[in-house]
Amino acid sequence: MSIVLQSLIAWITRTVMFGTVIMYGSLGETMTEKSGNLNLGVPGIMYLGAFGGFASAYYYSTLAENPSKILCILIALLCAFLASAFGGLIFSFLTITLRANQNVTGLALTTFGMGIANFFGVFVLDGSVSVKAEFANQAFKTPIPGLCRIPIIGDVLFSYGFLVYLAVILAVVLHFFLTKTKSGLNLRAVGENPATADAAGVNVSKYKYLATCIGAGISGIGGLYYVLDYNNGIWATTGNIENLGWLAVALVIFTTWKPLNAIWGSYIFGLLYWLYQYLPDIFGIYVPSDLMRMTPYVVTIIVLVVTSLRKQRESQPPAALGLSYFREER
Amino acid sequence: MKKTQTTGVKEPFLRIARREDVTTKGSILIRAAAIIAALVVDALFIFLVTGLNPVSVYVVMFTGTFGNFMRFKWAVEELAKLLLVGIALAPAFKMRFWNIGAEGQVLMGGLATAFCMIYFGNTLPTWLLFVTMFVTSIAIGALWGIIPAFFKARWNTNETLFTLMMNYVAIQLVAFATNTWRGQASSLGRINPGTEAGWFPSIMGQRCTINIIVIAILTVAMFIYLKYTKHGFEIAVVGESENTARYAGINVRKVILRTMAISGAICGLGGLFIVAGNSQTIATTSAGGRGFDAIIVAWLAKFNTFYMVLISFLIVFLEKGASQIATSYSIMNDYSADVISGIILFFILGSEFFINYRLIFRNGGKNA
Repeated sequence: MSIVLQSLIAWITRTVMFGTVIMYGSLGETMTEKSGNLNLGVPGIMYLGAFGGFASAYYYSTLAENPSKILCILIALLCAFLASAFGGLIFSFLTITLRANQNVTGLALTTFGMGIANFFGVFVLDGSVSVKAEFANQAFKTPIPGLCRIPIIGDVLFSYGFLVYLAVILAVVLHFFLTKTKSGLNLRAVGENPATADAAGVNVSKYKYLATCIGAGISGIGGLYYVLDYNNGIWATTGNIENLGWLAVALVIFTTWKPLNAIWGSYIFGLLYWLYQYLPDIFGIYVPSDLMRMTPYVVTIIVLVVTSLRKQRESQPPAALGLSYFREER
Repeated sequence: MKKTQTTGVKEPFLRIARREDVTTKGSILIRAAAIIAALVVDALFIFLVTGLNPVSVYVVMFTGTFGNFMRFKWAVEELAKLLLVGIALAPAFKMRFWNIGAEGQVLMGGLATAFCMIYFGNTLPTWLLFVTMFVTSIAIGALWGIIPAFFKARWNTNETLFTLMMNYVAIQLVAFATNTWRGQASSLGRINPGTEAGWFPSIMGQRCTINIIVIAILTVAMFIYLKYTKHGFEIAVVGESENTARYAGINVRKVILRTMAISGAICGLGGLFIVAGNSQTIATTSAGGRGFDAIIVAWLAKFNTFYMVLISFLIVFLEKGASQIATSYSIMNDYSADVISGIILFFILGSEFFINYRLIFRNGGKNA
């Protein structure tokens, strides 16, 4: 294989795995924002999910006598979901029941989530720089048997762990939920105009709570995927998840709040993010990596401006995004 | 509360009404209660996780700021820097313009300062160098604030998300600049270490004296600006309702642009202080999350710059205390600061509810 082809394949696989992390993050945040809650705690929530998934899988595989891969995966997914949904619950209680400001609460949640994950992370690390959950990493990385051996196509399409495909399925499911089901319609009504939804008999608080907690749980799976697959099962104290969390928030805007767009949108972010490493080999161009890493954010700004310019009704943020709903004050 | 319900309609067990009459004393009591409740939860957390005696942990925490003069001085320096960014955010937040981009605006101000120090440090006379640093850092900070404001004013582009993205553009620009300037060295290090060109002079033995004096003046100035000037009044009206502002003949676009220019410019000044008056170098972490902490400061202080001093102090006290805990107890680490302050922030945020609303129970209208 030529160097160009090899780099191209490496670039694409890197992109798909990177994209999967932020796809989970943004799908969860899309669900949350559809209920009118702008949760800026996504980075913290992804930290909670990452640590919940890592710690449970790590201790399960070291403590159990004959660890089973399936059980390890289920435990990790459940713990990641619960840990991050707990973050969503804190946000919900403060912003929905106590009507605290969403931006400030979200930012506090980001600090808190990062703090909790890294605080307990130090106990797991126990003095070393990083710890690897080898067994869980193998379980989550298992590619599709057979198909992954096809040259080139197998590498590009079938060489990933199951969470990569689950993310795409989840995006489609979320799309159908939001556009084709009654609950989805109610949820969007809550995010667009809670007073109207309330008058129509929709339980606004219930929808907001559920969407925020489940959304947080989905975002948290992105954190789990980051540690147990993308980062090869290695837990270390870094700020990487925070950066990815903000990219996930950016991706929600980039997709104009549509889950289906997240499928290709997240891969485009991945391509742009890793472009700097593969530019020299594939295209023979040298550009400073720091400037290339700016592109996902610049592209998001452009999308934000263009959507506000075009004023297309279907690509606007939920109308009540970021506002608390006071039934007594409508 | 008059009994107006007719038979068959049951009054809900608990209902909520807005409270207009809360006294200063009452709101202080509620906030104090929230902080005490948070400290109890933190104490439980500390005890259950580490088994340490929470009281002695809190004592160690207290010494993080008040242990000796040196620590107190560091805490005051930190407080000044955080307060400055809080002051910068106050007018924007009062206008209900969610400037989440202070981190980037501070970094860009710092970047401009570092640029001037490196390229003009040996050519310009000292006074002109300081003028150049001052003007460029303020100008670029203001520019970083005006860009999202322009799109918000013109096309109502969501400013929360726009300013958030601008942070990362700024971080990458700083990363690019530092990686270029450092050359073969592992990090940039202090700029102009030999000539000290562009460093703030030491006054009364402290290099940060200028920072603290200017920030103290700005605290008072911003309070007056928001409360007693025509500009401040316009900001308040636009924040309450853009339609009302338009009806009253206020040029809303102009107010948004002007306010964000001020907000960004003060952030840029913060960058100047951090680079020239404090660390004499720049890195992607130079703003150190102050742009985000200041959002909490500005919001909780309800845009009153004197309350901001108290809340900035609380946050700095917690951070200094937690790092003191981390060095004193092997079982604790630096991240305990984030956990402890996170819990306290949640409680303070939650307590706002009891300041703004009262709970009415079914029988008797008892207030809680």
